[in-house]
Amino acid sequence: MKFNREINCDLLLVAGSAGSLEVILMLLEKLESIVIPIVIVLHRKDDNDNLLIELLSGRTNCVVKEAEDKESIAAATIYVCPPDYHLLIENDRSFSLDSSERINFSRPSIDLTFETAAETYRSKLAAILLSGANADGAAGLVKIKSYGGYVVVQDPATAISAFMPKHALDVVEADDIIPAAELYLFVNSICGGKPFPL
Amino acid sequence: MNSPEFTDEELNRLVINLEDWYGYNFSNYARASFKRRVSRILAIDKLKGIDELSSRLKQDGRYVQRFIEEITVNVTEMYRDPSFYKTIRDEILPALSPKPFIRIWHAGCSTGEEVYSMAIMLKEMNLLHRSMIYATDISAKVLASAKEGRFPLQQMKLFSENYLKAGGRQDFSSYYSANYGYAKFDESLKKNILFASHNLVSDGSFNEFQLLFCRNVLIYFDRELQNKVLSLFDASIEQLGFLALGSREHIKFSGIANRYTQWNEKERIWRKRNSD
Repeated sequence: MKFNREINCDLLLVAGSAGSLEVILMLLEKLESIVIPIVIVLHRKDDNDNLLIELLSGRTNCVVKEAEDKESIAAATIYVCPPDYHLLIENDRSFSLDSSERINFSRPSIDLTFETAAETYRSKLAAILLSGANADGAAGLVKIKSYGGYVVVQDPATAISAFMPKHALDVVEADDIIPAAELYLFVNSICGGKPFPL
Repeated sequence: MNSPEFTDEELNRLVINLEDWYGYNFSNYARASFKRRVSRILAIDKLKGIDELSSRLKQDGRYVQRFIEEITVNVTEMYRDPSFYKTIRDEILPALSPKPFIRIWHAGCSTGEEVYSMAIMLKEMNLLHRSMIYATDISAKVLASAKEGRFPLQQMKLFSENYLKAGGRQDFSSYYSANYGYAKFDESLKKNILFASHNLVSDGSFNEFQLLFCRNVLIYFDRELQNKVLSLFDASIEQLGFLALGSREHIKFSGIANRYTQWNEKERIWRKRNSD
C-alpha cells in the first residue's frame, strides 16, 4: 500500500477498546510473517486466564504472547498487554508492568503505553488506534506524533464504537485514516521487514 | 494531567539528592514508572518543576514522607485476585497448620487490605491465635493508615464479592462496623499483627517466615533490584515455606529460582525446597 510519508519503525502499537477485538482478529488472519514486533493494548474485562492469547494465537502463525514485566522486546513477536496492568516501555526497550491508579477510568491506559513508547522509540514508532467508546489513546497519539512517529487511526465510519477514533482525530493530525478491512495491508507493509513503497 | 516536563539528568540528580539527604535509594526503581510518579507529584502538589520539588524536599523533612507515600503505588484491595486467596485458604494454610506457630510477612503491605484479608482467613481457620503477621512498608504514612484498619465503605461491595470468591463463608460485614462512610475492621483482628517500617532496598532480613507475601511491589524495581530483594526474601523464608507474589510477577530470572518449586501453574506461589 501507499504511505503518505516515509516510515521507518522498530515497533508497532495497536490499541483499542469496545469493538476493537473484531478488528484485531480480522487483521491477524491476514497477517504475513512479521519482523517488526507488535504490541497490542486492549481494554477488556479483568480476567486472569489466557483466553485472549489463545484466541489471537489461533488466527496467526506469528508468535503471540503476553508482555511480561522487564521482558526485552524481541523481533517478530506479537505482545499482548495483561489485563488490569498498565504496560510501560522502558528506555532499554523492555516492558514494565504497573498496577497504579486507573487513567481515564482505564487500566491498561493506552495513553501510557503510547507515551512511554514514544519517549523510547521516538520517530521509529508507528501506532494504530482502533474502535472504542472512551477518550483513551488520543493524548498518546499526540505525543507519538510530536516525536515524529507515524500515526494511524481506524476510519470511524468502519468502527463499532466511533468515539475513540473520532476523538483522536479531533486532537491529532493522523498520517493515515484506514478502514478496518484494509488495516492488514498497512501492518503487512510496515512489519514485514521489506522496503516500504512510498 | 498536565505536569512540567523534566529531563533524565534532572531526574538522576533528584535520585542522588534523595539518597544524600535522606538515605532513600531509588536508583534501581524501574525508570518509566518512577518518572511517572514524579510527574504525578509535580502535578498534584502544583510544583513548577523538579527544582522546586528538590528544594522542598531539602528544606522540609516532613515533606519527604509525603513524597515517599506518593512515589510508591498504593493501589490494593482485599482478597485481590480471589483465586489466589482461594489457593492460600484451601491449600497453603492447611499445609502450614501442623506448625505450632505460623509467621507471615506482608512486605510492602501498603494500606493493609491484604493483611486484614489474611487475618480474617486465619481467624476462620482457627489459626489466628497462633499466628504472627508482620506487615511492613517503606511509607510511614500508609503504615499509619494500615494500623487504623479503616477503609472507604464504598469499597465493601467489591471486597465482600472478592471474599466470597476466595472461599469465605461468613457474613463479611460482621468483620467491620460502618461509620461516617468508613468500614472499621474489628480490633481483635489486629491482635496478632505487627506493623513496622521496612525498606526493601536498604533493610535486611529480620526473621524467618513460613509464608511471605510481596504482591505488585517487584514490578516497580529493575531486574537487579528484583534479584536483590528476592535474595532477601530467600534469606527470610524457612525450608518448605512459601513465597507469594503478584499475579504477573515471577522468580524465574532470579538467582533463587532453583531453590523453589511453583505450587501450581496458575498462581504465583512458590515453595522453598528442602535443602537436605
